[in-house]
Amino acid sequence: MAIVVEGVRKHFGDFVAVDDISLEVPDGCLTALLGPSGSGKSTLLRMIAGLEQPDAGKVIISGAEVTSMPPQKRGVGFVFQHYAAFKHMTVWNNIAFGLKIHKRPKAEIEDRVEELLKLVHLEGFAKRYPAQLSGGQRQRMALARALAVQPKVLLLDEPFGALDATVRKDLRQWLRRLHDEVHVTTIFVTHDQEEAMEIAEQIVVMNDGRIEQVGPPRDLYEQPANEFVMSFIDPMNRLGDEFIRPHDFELMLEPNGTTEEAMIDRIVHLGFEVRIEFTLPNGDQAWAQVTRETADNLELKANEIVYVRPSTSTVFSQPSPEVVGSGGDAPPDD
Amino acid sequence: MKSRLALRTIGLGYLFLLLAAPVGLVFYRTFEHGFGPAWEAVTTPEAQHAFWLTILMVVVAVPINTLFGVVCAITLVRHRFRGKALMNAVIDFPFAVSPVVIGLALILVYGQDGWFGGWLTDQGIQIIFSIPGMILATIFVSLPFVVREVVPVLQEIGTEQEQAASTLGASWHQTFLRVTLPSIRWGLSYGIVLATARALGEFGAVSIVSGKVQGQTETMTLFVEQRFHQFDLTGAYAASVVLALMALVTLLGMNLISPRKEEA
Amino acid sequence: MPRPSGAALARGVATGYLSLIVLIPLAAVAARSTEDGMDAFWTAVTGEQAVAALKLTLIASLIVVAINAVTGTIIAWVLVRDSFRGQRIVNSIIDLPFALPTIVAGLTLLALYGPRGPVGVDVAYTQTAILLALLFVTLPFVVRAVQPVLMELDRDMEEAAASLGASNFTTFRRIILPNLTPAILSGVALGFARSVGEFGSLVLITGNLPFKTEVASVFIFSQIESDRTTTAAAVSVVLLLISFVVLLGISLLSRWGAKHEE
Repeated sequence: MAIVVEGVRKHFGDFVAVDDISLEVPDGCLTALLGPSGSGKSTLLRMIAGLEQPDAGKVIISGAEVTSMPPQKRGVGFVFQHYAAFKHMTVWNNIAFGLKIHKRPKAEIEDRVEELLKLVHLEGFAKRYPAQLSGGQRQRMALARALAVQPKVLLLDEPFGALDATVRKDLRQWLRRLHDEVHVTTIFVTHDQEEAMEIAEQIVVMNDGRIEQVGPPRDLYEQPANEFVMSFIDPMNRLGDEFIRPHDFELMLEPNGTTEEAMIDRIVHLGFEVRIEFTLPNGDQAWAQVTRETADNLELKANEIVYVRPSTSTVFSQPSPEVVGSGGDAPPDD
Repeated sequence: MKSRLALRTIGLGYLFLLLAAPVGLVFYRTFEHGFGPAWEAVTTPEAQHAFWLTILMVVVAVPINTLFGVVCAITLVRHRFRGKALMNAVIDFPFAVSPVVIGLALILVYGQDGWFGGWLTDQGIQIIFSIPGMILATIFVSLPFVVREVVPVLQEIGTEQEQAASTLGASWHQTFLRVTLPSIRWGLSYGIVLATARALGEFGAVSIVSGKVQGQTETMTLFVEQRFHQFDLTGAYAASVVLALMALVTLLGMNLISPRKEEA
Repeated sequence: MPRPSGAALARGVATGYLSLIVLIPLAAVAARSTEDGMDAFWTAVTGEQAVAALKLTLIASLIVVAINAVTGTIIAWVLVRDSFRGQRIVNSIIDLPFALPTIVAGLTLLALYGPRGPVGVDVAYTQTAILLALLFVTLPFVVRAVQPVLMELDRDMEEAAASLGASNFTTFRRIILPNLTPAILSGVALGFARSVGEFGSLVLITGNLPFKTEVASVFIFSQIESDRTTTAAAVSVVLLLISFVVLLGISLLSRWGAKHEE
């Protein structure tokens, strides 16, 4: 295991940020800490880096306990949400910083910085200052700076949080490819489920200072441990005890005994998909997402009646989740 | 448009009457009989001594205040502790306390009958009516400038760059020298310039603790007063011009630094 | 980041330094003022000459900051909203009173407005001279407090007011002025604190005539010179109290200003 966290707690005043968390991250794995703001994910990351001191528990990196070790000695690379670029240094000097601190020979520093500039596609920018770079470029520089000293683990705190949507998508894919090249054990913090699903090999879902579920993206989607994980991973309709994903509604023009009558409130065109917002006879409001083709075939219009039925839905009965078939009376089908 | 012109006239007229005209006149009076008399007045042994004593005040007080100013600023911004609000207020005291009161305060502590005065006299150390007391007075009056300029810059840059340096293996002093200090350099320079101006020009506090011994404890500002009371207007004006020129250099420095400060 | 021990060391150094330079000396003034008992303190600060000096100081300071509030705001406006040749130079000479030694300030004013002045105006040794000197040394406070606020001030608000039919004067009074008030007040407070303690610029031009042009700082000075340090300390304590009240006012003001921003 590259990183092991055992029974770690941290509070700030009355606020419990991290509440007895244990976690293992395998060598070379790209892990996401996913959760809403205030869930303790950044605090956990900062404790692994040594930027915060846990109140209780242990942090172990590559088999060595580092709980009371200062960040300087942990051999971690850390990337901050707002880049933390050294504004008074050129890109080249930013990347070389750690190597100079570790007193590497000059020739080695030059080679390594050259190599990293290439890796993060900033070859032409060595002499620029951070203020002359775009947000995405600054974050790539920060990543190169963290990688320069060949850290045992790479920790990224909402690395794309301050960037706009398009750049964020580009950088995501780029980070994924970079990880395939460099293979350093990586943990990144995000509140964006799409980002976590897209690039992580393992996702740790956090809420209120605790871990809700750990697993590969697909497991989280298919077997969410609880209501929180399910609704955080994907937008969700809740009808009584049942949770139904918007994609899991079937819409038809005639009732067939298992369907319910629904009044269409609004139709929103999202490009390839169409969102149908409707109200059920008992007053519950929900929405379905269908392809444009389906919507066109049904000739759906606002203020008309349509018949809906969920193809699958989930009911969580504590402690383990149970997946039930449609209609509510059929036994679990898998 | 009319009101704009009226305001411009009032504003500039006020500045002319209050600032530009009096200062300009002193320059004129100094040189109205040529460069010679003025030069003679500021090159007498007494004037030269006063000049170098003023420089001594600056080169001792300003570095000390720079050093402690940075320590105080870091303490105020980066640490949370009881009594922080009090420390913050104490740093501003020298702005609000009359120079005369500062002089009196130093006499009451370091003078012969003062709190530490007896002990110091026994050790053969004289502070009041000698140069150490004048330096203490200069330190007191110029104390807040560096702190006040550095604090907002430290707040602005935050701690992330320092944390980044520490994850890259930099020890705290490496982080300070390579990351923190370069980041605050413009604010720090501005504070140093302001403290220098204040130290050069201090009169009241220094006047009280100096004892005004000609050729020994007389700084430039005290020299100006002394020449004036001796009815040597040429000497007083000439020395004032020297001080005013130093002030103008300071002003120039402030103007060169302040745009950079905004950039940083 | 320094580890906890480093932080404690830095805090200790800062506290020790401030105590040695600032706190202990000021405490000595307070101690000396009441050394002979509260009665002696009271007698000292209610002495005829002391009262006259304190009264003169407060009244002169109030008049000066009132003038500053107006002229300072006008100058700030001229520097921010007007544009003319030489504006940058004018902008930089605003700081001249901060850079110029106070004794030189007094001397320059005396050169122009004194007995040998070329314009025939002689205010030397009068109360007008006090106002003049205090106006000189406190000039930058209101200007430098108002200037940045005026620069930040949204022109949209003024344009909106104008589009609603407000005259220039109404726009200024109802829109601009309320936004500038916290800055003007904080400049006024700083100027007031400075005026109350001012010494250097006054000694040459006022003549230090008791009951006429002798302000509090000059009174304290003369008491020290004649070795009446207890009286000097007592009046100093009054000045210190005034300064602290003003400092407190400034910090409350800045909090109010910060709220205003939101």
